[in-house]
Amino acid sequence: MSDPTAPDPIPEDAARTALAKRGERLTTLSFAVSIFGALALAVVYWRGGQPQLEGIFLCLALGGLGVGMIVWARYFMPHGTDVEARHQIESTEEEIDAFREEFERGEHILTRRSLLVRMGTAAVAALGVALIFPIRSLGPRPGKGFKSTPYRKGIRLVTDDGTLIKADDVSVDGVITAFPEGHTDAADASTLLIRPNEPVQARPGRESWTPGNLVAYSKLCTHVGCPVGLYQAGVHLLLCPCHQSTFDVLDGARPIFGPAARSLPQLPIEVDGEGYIVARGDFSGPTGPGFWDRDR
Amino acid sequence: MTTTSPARRQKRDKLLTRRAARWLDARLGGAKYARTALGKVFPDHWSFLLGELALYAFVVLLATGVYLTFFFHPGNQIVTYHGSYAPLHGVQMSEAYRSAVELSFDVRAGLVMRQIHHWAALLFVASIVVHLMRIFFTGAFRRPREVNWMIGVLLLILAIFNGFAGYSLLDDQLSGTGLRIAYSITLSIPLAGTWLASLLFGGEFPGPDIIDRLYVIHILLLPAVIALLIGIHLFLVVRHKHTQFGGMGRTEENVVGEAVWPSFAFKSLGLMMLVAAVLAALGGLAQINPIWLYGPFDPAEVSSASQPDWYMGWLDGSLRLFPPLEIRAFGFEVPAPFFPGALLAGITFGLLFAWPSLEALFTGDRRVHHLLDRPRDRPVRTSLGVATLSFYTVLTLAASNDVIATTFGLSVNAVLLTFRALVIVLPPIAALVTYRLCNELQARDIAGGYVPPDRPRVRWELLRFWRWRAMRRASRAPSTAG
Ligand code: FES
Repeated sequence: MSDPTAPDPIPEDAARTALAKRGERLTTLSFAVSIFGALALAVVYWRGGQPQLEGIFLCLALGGLGVGMIVWARYFMPHGTDVEARHQIESTEEEIDAFREEFERGEHILTRRSLLVRMGTAAVAALGVALIFPIRSLGPRPGKGFKSTPYRKGIRLVTDDGTLIKADDVSVDGVITAFPEGHTDAADASTLLIRPNEPVQARPGRESWTPGNLVAYSKLCTHVGCPVGLYQAGVHLLLCPCHQSTFDVLDGARPIFGPAARSLPQLPIEVDGEGYIVARGDFSGPTGPGFWDRDR
Repeated sequence: MTTTSPARRQKRDKLLTRRAARWLDARLGGAKYARTALGKVFPDHWSFLLGELALYAFVVLLATGVYLTFFFHPGNQIVTYHGSYAPLHGVQMSEAYRSAVELSFDVRAGLVMRQIHHWAALLFVASIVVHLMRIFFTGAFRRPREVNWMIGVLLLILAIFNGFAGYSLLDDQLSGTGLRIAYSITLSIPLAGTWLASLLFGGEFPGPDIIDRLYVIHILLLPAVIALLIGIHLFLVVRHKHTQFGGMGRTEENVVGEAVWPSFAFKSLGLMMLVAAVLAALGGLAQINPIWLYGPFDPAEVSSASQPDWYMGWLDGSLRLFPPLEIRAFGFEVPAPFFPGALLAGITFGLLFAWPSLEALFTGDRRVHHLLDRPRDRPVRTSLGVATLSFYTVLTLAASNDVIATTFGLSVNAVLLTFRALVIVLPPIAALVTYRLCNELQARDIAGGYVPPDRPRVRWELLRFWRWRAMRRASRAPSTAG
């Protein structure tokens, strides 16, 4: 590590020489560590790679270089305080005036200047508005899709692999995640089928929605839409893992704890002649998180 | 050895680098400018390194990020996994997730690069936040540096966005949940929400295009904007010259410190290497975001206790703490997540942007400042800052309220209520304590013979903004009475 450009300190006394020696040793050592790290990294890589070793050797290669540079600067580079004057950042009045004059050159030649400026501005504005339109291509108009799911009257319920669900498949205290038949990838239609061990208190108008005490709710939390996954059968509560909103299954999935403000929408279901579970229509409201015109 | 002999000088000029430098100078004439640059003086204080830390984390992000783009495919078509990670064999997943898993297990040095990249992102945002705190508490945002403060705040926002976009790309269960929450918060914005969400995601969640779009945003759009803004940020630092603490011959008219060349530049480059070294060690030894354990994203699947990256924690925490409040009227509604999500973020960054103007308004101090404040000499600002920090710290901690509850065997309800109380009570207490502390420290300084700079009076009466017009009229009216 004898670089001809590195300024050598003048050995004024023994202490100074010792210091320089130490600096030299430290710098050399750091760079040696760096070289070792780099070589070892190459070897590790060729032998098939190993994340931990790669990290360690990369650390040595970079760190040795870094320490070496800092030690070098500490021991062998001129130190001391430098002072620099600050200058005013603002331009002076004269400079501003000179600039203005330059900028407004040619203005007096223009007649009807205000009209030209106005038309020019209008043209630029019109172009700006025109450029907004391509943004419209980024997504469809937020219409019905936000408020409805593929559930219709007569659509059967299936599991996520497409198997039809019979009413008997849901045991007491059991939960099954269901989808409308043919739409197992519909993110807004995931449904929880639950058969609590106590009678569900049906909301007015929903008395016939729970055949055999089987109740179907949207699986999407009304807070910010996480899947409500945890059913505590003993207390009939559904728990959202994201922010701990808790819904009462017996009472129309009313939120009783946490940040969710709305009940989970309920799906009207019935059991058809062959014993399959069938939807009688769409959910009682839009599923998932709220938006401003949800109720319109 | 100290005097250069003519022979040696000749030998020097034969060096290739020197010849190249001469060749360039003959064409660009850069030597004189380079000399002024080398002579720039930087004041020395440990806290002035924080911004450099952020810069070097960004360098590491670029280097590792470029490597990752060679292997990652942001596709959403469904494929079956056949790689070397046995537990996922035969599992259906998106192309994006598969390539991320393959990148981790089947590309040599892929995992280490991915983990360095993630750690660097955490460090990037963290050092920006701490740097911002330094600037805030020392008053380095005051005239003439307001514009640079705003650029810094913008950089913070972009860094957070890009971090989020980055870990959302992988399409694992955790990031899918994060995206879902981002979607819902966007959706909750009154009037514009449905349109914004639809345009951003290309339709209803999960949206067919979101991964592709995030990819372009993450690797091209935001990095370019961030790099540009960093350039302007640094240019303005040079233009304004660095701030410094007062005393020891340091005044408003000078900069006292060390010239850039050679010592400072070497130390700074050394620091860059050290930052990279620490990140490399972390990337190799400390596992981060093990997506193969989370599995591919399935919108109907439950993700157990999902913890976002630390810089998103405050938003997650506020979503948890905010009471179930929805405003409904005339068939319209403002959904619950709007207040703790979109509104809080808007207020947070809005206040940050406006702070230099707000402070100038309330103190009436619009003078140029190159000397920094010691935090204790500006007790109002300092205590407001500490209160704000405590607010966001509580929110961040609240993001793991379920983890806290299970770890300590408490009921989630009790933990939630405690956090709700803390988020309201703690900031004012923190402010009071800080205010007291500042005054006491300052009193001790004065007893020790230190003369603190005069403190501008805070015009609290301006808080009554409805009286502004009357106040202005009163101040304009010639005071003949009395
Ligand atoms: S998404 Fe269910 S509580 Fe937030």
